[in-house]
Amino acid sequence: MTTCKLLFAAIAIAGLAASQTVSAADAGGKIIAAQCNGCHGFEGASKGAVPALKGKPAIYLSESMKEFKSDKRKGTIMNRIAKGYSDNELDNVAKYYSGLK
Amino acid sequence: MTMNRRRFIQALGAAGALSGLSLGGCSTAGSKPSAGQVVVIGGGAGGATCAKYIRYLDSSINVTVVEPKTKFATCFMSNWVIGGLRDQDWITHGYADWSNKHGINMVHDTAVSIDPVAKVVKTRGGQSIKYDRCVVSPGVDFRYDTIDGYDATVAETVPHAWHAGPQTALLRKQLEAMPDGGVFVIAAPPNPFRCPPGPYERASLVANYFKNHKPKSKILILDAKDAFSKQGLFVAGWTEHYGYGTGNSMIEWRSKANDGMARAIKAGSRTVVTEFGEVKADVLNVVPAQKAGHIAAVAGLTDASGWCPVDHLTWESKVHKGIHVIGDAAIQAPIPKSGYAANSEAKVCAAAIVALLNGRTPDVPSWVNTCYSLVTPTHGISVAGVYTYTDGKVAEVKGAGGLTPKDGHFSLEATYAESWYKNIIDDMFG
Repeated sequence: MTTCKLLFAAIAIAGLAASQTVSAADAGGKIIAAQCNGCHGFEGASKGAVPALKGKPAIYLSESMKEFKSDKRKGTIMNRIAKGYSDNELDNVAKYYSGLK
Repeated sequence: MTMNRRRFIQALGAAGALSGLSLGGCSTAGSKPSAGQVVVIGGGAGGATCAKYIRYLDSSINVTVVEPKTKFATCFMSNWVIGGLRDQDWITHGYADWSNKHGINMVHDTAVSIDPVAKVVKTRGGQSIKYDRCVVSPGVDFRYDTIDGYDATVAETVPHAWHAGPQTALLRKQLEAMPDGGVFVIAAPPNPFRCPPGPYERASLVANYFKNHKPKSKILILDAKDAFSKQGLFVAGWTEHYGYGTGNSMIEWRSKANDGMARAIKAGSRTVVTEFGEVKADVLNVVPAQKAGHIAAVAGLTDASGWCPVDHLTWESKVHKGIHVIGDAAIQAPIPKSGYAANSEAKVCAAAIVALLNGRTPDVPSWVNTCYSLVTPTHGISVAGVYTYTDGKVAEVKGAGGLTPKDGHFSLEATYAESWYKNIIDDMFG
């Protein structure tokens, strides 16, 4: 069991380290945001039922994503996706979309 | 990378000769010298997205897309057409407006060779197109050697419908013509293959069609596997909507262990031969085992598995430098072979190519996969994944992603499935 726990911890740390690497390179949030466009439309300008992100206030976007991440807000797929990012990364993505005109 | 004058002129010449325009997509190149010439082979979820994002990130780069079709039907959502929820036009998209808008040179021809030393793509129509970086996004091809009696010619009457377009329309027509009380058989492929939940969504949406129009009909899935994508969610949905698990179930799934694997096809009688028996269908859909699209093998980009090994930082081939492979054709596990994955990888590849052509180090990438399936028109389910670059390759972020929960909001997910399609199409072809 101890080995399992250690392995799990090692995986968790590896995941964290990787996330931080992305954060460092992606201060503008553009790299991660590009990945959101598949569901939210090019530059986050949704043409469907999924909310548009383009030009929305950064605080609204970052709080929404953090609430999905913590399951404080019950959505569908966003609860699962938001858990893949650090709060810092979510802030950067929010800033990126809020800056698009 | 700074392109020297001679190569720049060569690239312009190639682009001009191909498009019939003097400068093709390079009209914005006046602000700075072109950072280079990219040739993208394949105009699907990977190729179209990559071409568009390269131009979006650096409009000085000349981008040529080699794609034989003038209109592209997406494989994703083709089950909606097969189940009668939408018509063929809904999944079909033209290239003309898109290529004009983004300044992309379209070459409607088939790539027949890639010379990684001379850096030239040749087409069936006799064109030679020079590149600094080549992107290969050919999707999947079929391993017709795996099921006796099934090949490309037989597929014209017994469709695979795993390349969308005429195959999709053919299968829909056969289902419409089938009398009530008939049996629709799907022979599902072994892993890995394009769109892992696809055969089971197809069974679901045809069951929905039968339930409303041909209620005495049955669906039998003969599988080359013992488990499948989103299995728990599909089985729960089939139990709720189609009587699965009862004596009157509209859908039956036969695993490989239960003699489900198709060994041979008798096309004339629409019969599937398994190891221990035979199954006769009224409408037969055979989805064979798969491999990387033909040009990937011709260009020597595949390994013994039939798929293309790549460096996930840039999606550059591990066999030939300067050639990037994205989408279904690439070895991308743990990312599944989905349209969303191809779109995701295309954006990472586009950013890497723009960085490399401008002499910069590519940024550390990040990927997402999001995949919806319908059990009924108002019962949607999904799987998602978030991926980072760890220890030199793609790795899943633990604790993120996963399936719709058992008590999920299925009707909202069905609504989001349609929204997903509108937006990924906007991201690719908008």
